[in-house]
Amino acid sequence: MRVFATALAPILLTISPAAAQDHSAHTQTPPILAAPAEADPHAGHSMQMPSDVAPPTAAGDGSANAADLYFDPAVMAGAREQLRVENGEVITHAIILDRLEATSGNGAERYAWDAQGWYGGDINRFWWKSEGEGAFDGDLEHAELQLLYSRAVTPYFDLQGGVRQTYRPEGDRTDLVLGVQGLAPYWFEVDGALFVSNEGELTARAQAEYDLRLTQRLILQPRAEVTLSAQEIPEFAIGAGLSNVLAGARLRYEITRGFAPYVGVEWSGAVGDTRNLVRANGDAPEATRVVLGVRALF
Amino acid sequence: MTGKEIIVSVERRKVLKAFAGAGALAGVQALFPAWAQTGSRGVAPTLATLSGPDIALTVGHSPFSVGGRTGHAITVNGTLPAPLIRLREGQHARLSVTNTLDEDTSIHWHGVLLPFQMDGVPGVSFPGIRPGETFAYDFHVRQSGTYWYHSHSGLQEAMGHFGPLIIDPAGADSVAYDREHVIVLSDWSFLHPHEILRRLKASPGSFNRQRTTIAGLLSGEDRMSASERRMWAQMRMDPRDISDVTGSTYTYLVNGHGPQENWTGLFAPGERVRLRIINASAMTNFNVRIPGLPMRVVQADGENVRPVEVDEFQIAVAETYDVIVTPRDDRAYTIVSEAVDRSGLGRATLAPRLGMSAEIPPLRQVPNLTMRDMGMDMGAMNMGAMDHGAGGMDHGSMDHGAMNMRDPTLAPPNMAVGVGVQSISPMPENRLAERPLGLENEPHRVLVYTDLVALNPNRDTRPPSRTLEIHLTGNMERYMWGFDGRRFSEIVEPIRFERNERVRVTLVNDTMMQHPIHLHGHFFELVNGHAGNQPLKHTVNVAPGGRLSFDLTADAPGDWAFHCHMMMHMHSGMFNVVTVRPLDEAAS
Repeated sequence: MRVFATALAPILLTISPAAAQDHSAHTQTPPILAAPAEADPHAGHSMQMPSDVAPPTAAGDGSANAADLYFDPAVMAGAREQLRVENGEVITHAIILDRLEATSGNGAERYAWDAQGWYGGDINRFWWKSEGEGAFDGDLEHAELQLLYSRAVTPYFDLQGGVRQTYRPEGDRTDLVLGVQGLAPYWFEVDGALFVSNEGELTARAQAEYDLRLTQRLILQPRAEVTLSAQEIPEFAIGAGLSNVLAGARLRYEITRGFAPYVGVEWSGAVGDTRNLVRANGDAPEATRVVLGVRALF
Repeated sequence: MTGKEIIVSVERRKVLKAFAGAGALAGVQALFPAWAQTGSRGVAPTLATLSGPDIALTVGHSPFSVGGRTGHAITVNGTLPAPLIRLREGQHARLSVTNTLDEDTSIHWHGVLLPFQMDGVPGVSFPGIRPGETFAYDFHVRQSGTYWYHSHSGLQEAMGHFGPLIIDPAGADSVAYDREHVIVLSDWSFLHPHEILRRLKASPGSFNRQRTTIAGLLSGEDRMSASERRMWAQMRMDPRDISDVTGSTYTYLVNGHGPQENWTGLFAPGERVRLRIINASAMTNFNVRIPGLPMRVVQADGENVRPVEVDEFQIAVAETYDVIVTPRDDRAYTIVSEAVDRSGLGRATLAPRLGMSAEIPPLRQVPNLTMRDMGMDMGAMNMGAMDHGAGGMDHGSMDHGAMNMRDPTLAPPNMAVGVGVQSISPMPENRLAERPLGLENEPHRVLVYTDLVALNPNRDTRPPSRTLEIHLTGNMERYMWGFDGRRFSEIVEPIRFERNERVRVTLVNDTMMQHPIHLHGHFFELVNGHAGNQPLKHTVNVAPGGRLSFDLTADAPGDWAFHCHMMMHMHSGMFNVVTVRPLDEAAS
C-alpha cells in the first residue's frame, strides 16, 4: 500500500494544486483520485505510517505563542493563565448533611447528626466532618469535628489526614487522623480512619453505606459502622478490640436531589470487653431505634 | 441577578398578562431576531439579518423567558439566539464586538477559516475583549456554508451567547432549494452553569433521573438483568450515564423557543425547504427527525456532501447539518430534537400557516449503555447479541478483573494514567459505520458517519506522513476530563504540527460518554472509507468506547484550540492547544 502511495504521490501533487489555500477552490478540482484507502476500519495501525513519532523539528520553529506576535505578550501571558485555570482547575465545594435525625428507642428520645463538606479542586481538598448525638432531655453526649486535608490518590479513593476534636461529658480528646474515603466496587461508599489521641490512645472507625434505588426518588440506604480500640479506655467504657457495631437502614424520598426526608431503623451494640464495661456502668449494651430525619445537600 | 434585571422580568410578566393574545405574541416576538421569530417565512438575503462589510455586535446581559419563567442570559445584541450573520464567500468581513459585561468576553467563529489571531479564543488567539472595549474581527471570507458563532470565555456560551452564521457561496449554490430556515438547537437552564458544574463535581449523577432502579428491574422496564446490573456496579459504572446534564434542569430550545412556544417555520406545499440545523447546546446531543418527512442531508459542518436521504440523524454539540425537506401536503410537521438521553425534547413546527401544529411523538426509552461503550468488543466476545435474560453466560460471574478495564500498557507512552483516568478502553472499535447511541434499533433510516461523502474531491491527496493517537480520558466519579489523562490546567504540551504536514490523528475514547471534539482553524477529513472524498468536519462526535481517525492537513499557521465541545468537559480539562509552525514571517 505504501509503495503504491509513494509512487503515486508525485503524480497526485502535480495534478492537484495541493498548496492552494483557498477553501472555495475545490469546486473544479481534478476527478477523484485514489488516496490510500482504509478499507477495514480496524486497519488504522496496519498502514505503514510512522506512528508515535515526534513531530518534525520545523513544528517547533518560531514563537512559542503565536498570539504574542500580534498582542502585548504580557497581556497574553495573563490570558493564557486564565485559560489554564478555566480548563481544568475548577475550585468548588460541597456540603453534605447526610443525617440529621431524631431517634426513639429504649425509652429515650435522642438526636444525632452526621455531616461533611469540602472545598477545593479535583485532587486537593480541605475536608471537614462532624457528627454527634445526645438526648433531647439530657446532655450532648458526643460531638466531634474533623478538619482534614484530602488528596485524591486513586480514581476512586482519597487519602485524608488531619485532626479531630471530640467532646464527651467524660472528657475531651484531640486526635490525629489518617483515613481513606471513597467508592468501593458495587458502589459502596466507604470511609475508614485511624485516630491517635492526645492521651496516646489508638482507635479506628470504619463505615460503609449503599444507595439502593427502589425508584428514581425512593432510596433505601443500608449503613454499617464498626469502631475498634487498641487498648482499654475505661473513661469512655471502651474495651480493647472491636468495641461497637452499628447497623441500620434508612428509606429516603428525594423531593429534590438536595432534600430528602427519611425514616429508618438502627441497631447499635457494644461488643467484646466494651459490652462488659458498658454493663458495669449500668447502661444498656445495645439498642434498637427508630429514626426520623432529613438528608440535604448544599 | 441584579435589581435592574428583576424589574425587567416583572415588567415582562405584566406585559404578558395584559396582552394575552395577538398583542402579547408581537411583544414577545420583538425579543427574537426576525429569523428566529415564530411564523418565520424563512431567511433570505433580503431579510433583517446582519450582513455587509461592517457588522456591529454588542455583548450584554439580558433577561430570557421560557416556559413562563425568566432568567438571566448573556446575549449578543440582546437576543437569544444571537442575530443571524450572513456573509458572502470572497467578501471582507469586519465584525466589531463591544463588551458591555463586567467580565471579559469573546466571539469564536465556529468552523470559519481565518487567521489565528481572529479566531476569538482568549489565551490562545487573542487576549479577549475587556469590559467596555470593542474588538474588531477582520478577515477575508474564503468558504461557504452553515456555521455559527459563540463566546469562548468562561461558560458564557451556556448562558445564551451563540448565534448562526451563514456564508453564501460566491457563485451558484450547488444545493438547490426554494426556501430556507435556520434551526438553532440549544439547552437552557435557570441554574447558572457554574452551579451545574459544582453539582456535577459534588455528585456526578446529580441531574440523572433515569437511572436503573429496583422497580425497573422488577417490571422489566430497565431492560437489564440483575447480573448485568451487578457487573456494572462492580465496575462502578452507570449504564444510564448518557448525558451529564439532562432535561431535569434543561429546557430544550429551537431558535430560543421552548417546546410549548412551538417555533413555527412556514412553507408552501411542494417547496424544497432547506433547514440549516445547528447544535449550539452546551451539553446536549440531539436526535433530530420530522415524522412524515424524509430529510435529504446535503451539508455537514458547512461542507457539502453527496445527498443522502434519512429519517433521523444525531447531531452532536457544535455540529451542523443542512437538510432539504419537501413537504407536499397542506399540513403541519413537527421537528423533533430529542435529547440523546430521552430526558426531554425540543419541538418546532413546519407549517403552511401560523397556528398549525402536528402530533409531538412521546419520548422514547432511555438507552442502556453496553459493554461496547466501555471499549469492550462484544462481537469478539460473542456476547453482544446474546439474550441476557436466558443466555447461558452469567455476566455477574464474569471476571472483569481478568479483562483489565484500566490497563496502562494500552495507553500511548506519554499518557498519564492517574486519578483522572477511570478506564482505558481495552478494545476500542471504529464505530463510524454504526448508528449513533440509542438509535440502533429505530425502524427507519438513520444517518451514520460513513454515509457522509464529500461532494468535492479532497484537495490534499498525499498520504499522511505520520500518525498521532490521542486518548479522550475521564473520571466520571470525580467529574475530571482530559486528553491523554491530563487536564489542560496541568500545563500540558501543546499538540504540534509542522505547517502543511499531513497527519492521521486517531482519537480513542476511553470513557463511556460521547465527546464532540472540535479543532479550530481547520477542517479535518474523517477517515470513513471514502478515500479521496473523505467528509470535511470541524467537529466529530467520538462514540463511547470507540476510536476514529481523521486526516489533517495542518495548513493554518498559528495556535488553535482543540477541545471537547461539551462545555462542562472542556471546563473540566478536556482542552489543548494545537500549534502549527512555522508562522508567516510577515507578522506585525
